[in-house]
Amino acid sequence: MRPPLPLALEAAAVRAAGTLSRLAGRGGGTTLPGKLLWKLDPGAIDALARRLPQGSVAVSATNGKTTTAAMAAEILRPHVRVAHNDSGANLVSGVASTLLRARDAELGLFEVDEGALPEVTRRLRPKALLLGNLFRDQLDRYGELEIVAARWRAAVADLPEALLVVSGDDPQVGSLARAGGCVFGLDDPRVARPSLQHAADSKYCIRCGTPYLYAAAYVGHLGDYRCPNCGHARPMLDVVARDVELHGLDGASFTLTAAEGETRVALALPGLYNVYNALGAASLALALGVPLEDVRDGLGRFSAAFGRFERITVGDRRLLMLLIKNPAGANEATRTLVEGGAPAVAVIALNDAIADGRDVSWIWDVDFEPLLAGLDRLVATGTRAAELALRFAYGGLDRGRIEIVPSLEAALDRGLELTPPGGELTLLPTYTAMLALRRIVAGRGYVTNYWERAA
Amino acid sequence: MKIRVGHLYPDYLNIYADRGNIAVLAARARARGHELDVLAIGMRDPVPIGTVDLFYVGGGQDREQELVAHDLVAKAEPLREAVERGAAFLAVCGGYQLLGRSYLDGAGNELSGIGLLPLHTVAGDRRMIGDVLLDCDWAGETLAGFENHAGRTILDAGAEPLGRVVAGFGNDGASGYEGCRYRQAYGTYLHGPLLPRNPWLADRLLEAALAHAGVEERLEPLADELEREAHAVSAARARSRGGRY
Repeated sequence: MRPPLPLALEAAAVRAAGTLSRLAGRGGGTTLPGKLLWKLDPGAIDALARRLPQGSVAVSATNGKTTTAAMAAEILRPHVRVAHNDSGANLVSGVASTLLRARDAELGLFEVDEGALPEVTRRLRPKALLLGNLFRDQLDRYGELEIVAARWRAAVADLPEALLVVSGDDPQVGSLARAGGCVFGLDDPRVARPSLQHAADSKYCIRCGTPYLYAAAYVGHLGDYRCPNCGHARPMLDVVARDVELHGLDGASFTLTAAEGETRVALALPGLYNVYNALGAASLALALGVPLEDVRDGLGRFSAAFGRFERITVGDRRLLMLLIKNPAGANEATRTLVEGGAPAVAVIALNDAIADGRDVSWIWDVDFEPLLAGLDRLVATGTRAAELALRFAYGGLDRGRIEIVPSLEAALDRGLELTPPGGELTLLPTYTAMLALRRIVAGRGYVTNYWERAA
Repeated sequence: MKIRVGHLYPDYLNIYADRGNIAVLAARARARGHELDVLAIGMRDPVPIGTVDLFYVGGGQDREQELVAHDLVAKAEPLREAVERGAAFLAVCGGYQLLGRSYLDGAGNELSGIGLLPLHTVAGDRRMIGDVLLDCDWAGETLAGFENHAGRTILDAGAEPLGRVVAGFGNDGASGYEGCRYRQAYGTYLHGPLLPRNPWLADRLLEAALAHAGVEERLEPLADELEREAHAVSAARARSRGGRY
């Protein structure tokens, strides 16, 4: 057997590999050092994590984990030096790469892929775990929802000491709550949906299978539920968002109530799903001992997480980019857009690489229909542009309004051409399409590449 | 003409595009001057006798499938009879499995199906996930789609498959066949937007449904440019990366 290299030496070598990867122009190189380290010595990740004087916290969810973790980082930053995987590299390798880069960090704050949660928490041994929601997502990659939920239960059981911060509004996730932890949720029937959406998943009681009754359904199956048969219901909330105001595309505000007190939070991000993200980040920060005012200020400072809701100025026009990756997330992007005044021109990019999900069936579960009334022109792009075009055609959009432009760059230019000067072009890309579009825009000098910013 | 559709368990078995398949049937019927009248048939609802021209049952995750399986058994008789009398039936993924005689899960529990299709399914330890392309020589067409199933479906001797697997796993990853058809009932693992990118199957189902309603009509072809393009991309995907053992 090869004797283990000293950790410092390993770390230096793999950091150098990341630099080389970037110099060679091979994209971000954000996960390469971590991948190498993992290959070289999987235990090194555990050792690196143990060096963080304040330990680490992990954030996971199907939707919103990147934004939630970034919000938490913004809140925590004035208090502690944070190592944070902010470019969305959320598998073991991405966590390892962040650990390698952050040499003087005190606290690790990691967004973790929901499928990778058991592996990552086994190595990190986080002191706190924030769990947001579970939606159907890329069944070709993760398997069925119940399988992911079972993995989460195992991961949580394996961390008896960790502080659990969970969303009570998701029946599966809320059932993980335990004594000494924190449960958060929304309480404002005015912003509830009139009925459960098509993409709602945990509609049946997790104990007895009876359909839940919802006093309020907010996002997908997230809400205030109760089983009429066995009584399983949303747990008591420790941290609550009330009096929610949605200001179209310009932001949202809500009253945050916790044991620590009550405060009004103003977000620059729109949509109810971002209220959930903010509520999760706030609950985690409060659990870590951050004062309520600092939580409010941190959330107020936060602008956008990478590619999630980004406005980019491109010459005399603007791009509004909203990542779509699964039915629940795409529904919220749609709802937010429509509340802000539905766009007349949209570029929607559907790729089918592994990171997008090879199975593009999910687009048929999205409620895109509210967009149709205002849509004058749809530019369908990406590797599965035709499939996307079909979705809209059978959704009721006149085929004459649909253009198929498979090349992302050509589609972006076509969209810009259709947008009047001073106007805003809406882009809805899947994950790899978002990365590619950002690269194109960065190549034209309008935005910095994420690895330059993260360095 | 009104085509009466019975959509079984839309609240439970609705993963991936099942409503998309219905939307395609509706749009293509409308383009030929017909109307789709969709009736949701849920838990404990009776199956109307003789007044449904086309049944549809979609896919669900294991949990939802288990919830409906018991209820479906109580509907077995009227459903079998409807198919014998020429009603059309499309069953996708989980729904396909339930139309067979039985489903044996990983823990050794046997779930009863309704025996409408001559087959049974046994849970395997590896999921069969990927793009699929089928050659349906009985129709002179191909079907392109995506499969994601742990169950291995075994057809009875003499049963008609839906197609020969050109690329992908198919029923069990070994036989080289996918799906099953019996009279005007079609079962398949190809989930999601099966009908949008394979409109010929939608038209065939509509023709069978019209015949059941007493109208013999050969449907006029539609332009289908987007459909052909989506089919071509999906078929190419299957050829380049369809699943295999």
